[in-house]
Amino acid sequence: MEHPLMLKPTSAATVDTKTGGLKRFFRLLWKQRALVLMSVPFVLWLFLFRYVPLWGWIISFQDYQLGKGLWDQEWVGFKQFEALFNEPRFWRALRNTIVMSFINLVLGFTTAITLALLLNELRQIVFKRVVQTISYLPHFISWVVAAGIIQVTLAPDGIVNELLLRLGLIKDELLFLGIGEWFWGIYGVSIVWKDVGWNAIIYLAAIAMIDPSLYEAAEMDGANRFRKMWHVTLPGIRPVIVVLLILNIGYLLESGFEPQFLLGNGMNMRYSENIDIFVLKYGIQLFNFSLAVAAGMFRTVVSVILLVIANSIARRLNETRLY
Amino acid sequence: MAEAATVTRRKRRHRFRMSLGDQIFETCNYLALILLMVVTLYPFLNTLAVSFNDAQDSIRGGIYLWPRKWTLENYRFVFEEASILNATLISVLRTVIGTVLTVFFSAMVAYTISRPEYVLRKFVTIAFILTLYVNGGLIPNYLLIRELNLIGTFWVYILPGLIGAFNLIIIRSFIENLPDNILEASKIDGAGDYRTFFHIVLPLCTPVLATVSLFTGVWQWNSWFDVFLYNSSYEHLSTLQYELQKILSFSQASIQRVDFNAAAAQGGIGQVTPYAIRATMTIVASVPIIMVYPFLQKYFVQGMMIGGVKE
Repeated sequence: MEHPLMLKPTSAATVDTKTGGLKRFFRLLWKQRALVLMSVPFVLWLFLFRYVPLWGWIISFQDYQLGKGLWDQEWVGFKQFEALFNEPRFWRALRNTIVMSFINLVLGFTTAITLALLLNELRQIVFKRVVQTISYLPHFISWVVAAGIIQVTLAPDGIVNELLLRLGLIKDELLFLGIGEWFWGIYGVSIVWKDVGWNAIIYLAAIAMIDPSLYEAAEMDGANRFRKMWHVTLPGIRPVIVVLLILNIGYLLESGFEPQFLLGNGMNMRYSENIDIFVLKYGIQLFNFSLAVAAGMFRTVVSVILLVIANSIARRLNETRLY
Repeated sequence: MAEAATVTRRKRRHRFRMSLGDQIFETCNYLALILLMVVTLYPFLNTLAVSFNDAQDSIRGGIYLWPRKWTLENYRFVFEEASILNATLISVLRTVIGTVLTVFFSAMVAYTISRPEYVLRKFVTIAFILTLYVNGGLIPNYLLIRELNLIGTFWVYILPGLIGAFNLIIIRSFIENLPDNILEASKIDGAGDYRTFFHIVLPLCTPVLATVSLFTGVWQWNSWFDVFLYNSSYEHLSTLQYELQKILSFSQASIQRVDFNAAAAQGGIGQVTPYAIRATMTIVASVPIIMVYPFLQKYFVQGMMIGGVKE
């Protein structure tokens, strides 16, 4: 590393000339042993903890029993996948996953953009800071704490029931988390409550980058506040919205795990159980590892396909590249 | 960018007279944002009030923002429970050790992949970035941890999540945006990679490392699923979040935690209830974060920006 400026052409040469390249490569490697020592142990860690588990996917072609080695298991071909696709509970979990992802996507985007627009209209900087600081709060607390708070708020003697009773909108207390059909709504409100302030950060940053002369021009054309929002601010943050939207489409099968698991119960299970919970229940609790891995693998494969598609759409639209 | 924002602000402030429509909008805007603050804060303040209110009295209901019968019993009870004290210790340990190791090792790897001359640069970068796309999933990870005999150890909280690709990207872009000549000068002075990293890169990276520490620390403190999955039968490795999760799932199933009531009876302290314990634990589990995050706002907003404008 004594002559860093000399190294650049050498490293380019290793790529170009194949003959003797290997020798050169190892010489360079030895020269850069400091960098190698600083990174290679973590690559080994990475392979062990991130790539070795991918081997576990072969379990889905087996009838996995605990206590036997991975190679001593009985091979069953696609039997697990057949069982999975014939399992109504799996399709229900898939439906719940997709529906909740959509809720997350639509509600998450609209509320965060709206909040950013509203905050942007504030002239009271102190008030703006206070609103922002408070709106981040739920993002930082754990889902365990959040779920506990949501349960108390929605309990029969909770504040929501009390308000509705006092307003005369209901006659008896409602057991919100006990009504399956309402779970998706409760999920939607919960994730907005938890993350709207956080999600607004990126839009606020994008709004701050809009050229102020555009507003002046619009003002000269007699645009009022709403017209400026519609014709200047929103188009100004369009690239950010598009990139984030596309990126999120890639995560359509990953609607999260914690809110559904922590707020879910026997009464709303038909609507709260998503693929992650399905995998957990079949795998860890029922010891049906193979079926659980098949479900998890199905999800990952579809997710990767979605991500790649999303990424190529983003590139084609010539927006910022994701990763 | 910040200057531009202040300019617009100043420009707007010049227009003192507002139209009626503007006034209505302004009022609605303030009302909407105040409502947002109330909805965000009320559940926390209510939980806080319940945690300071006499447990038996709370059963009557009607506690909103202020305790009716002040007491510290709930907190005394929680902190006299050996299992909760131990869980607090484990939570603190995993947060501190996990954050320090993650930040230090992430910075180290990020430094190597920021060096253009490094022969393995592409390989290391791609190996990490691919993990953003694929992961083995719950069961294979569980079986691996089992094979490695990490179940029932403290390290199961630290090792599996040691370095994240996202953190690497954030730190790498920060290092790449440092003025080139600083690193070059250190090389010309004859400093090797170790010295450059420890004496130049690490100190210069303080802002981005603060961001990564915040994210990692919050994530470590808030984790409960790994405890549930790997260490649920190892009481001495339980964490605060997992203890709270247990209370929540018990009270959700309307099963009272027997040991709480038994302990309360035998300890001769005023009867505590699962409801009061739950509120108290909620506060204990979230207070450290609530105290810290407002002061680190600058850093996480920065982190979001770097993360959002990757590459």
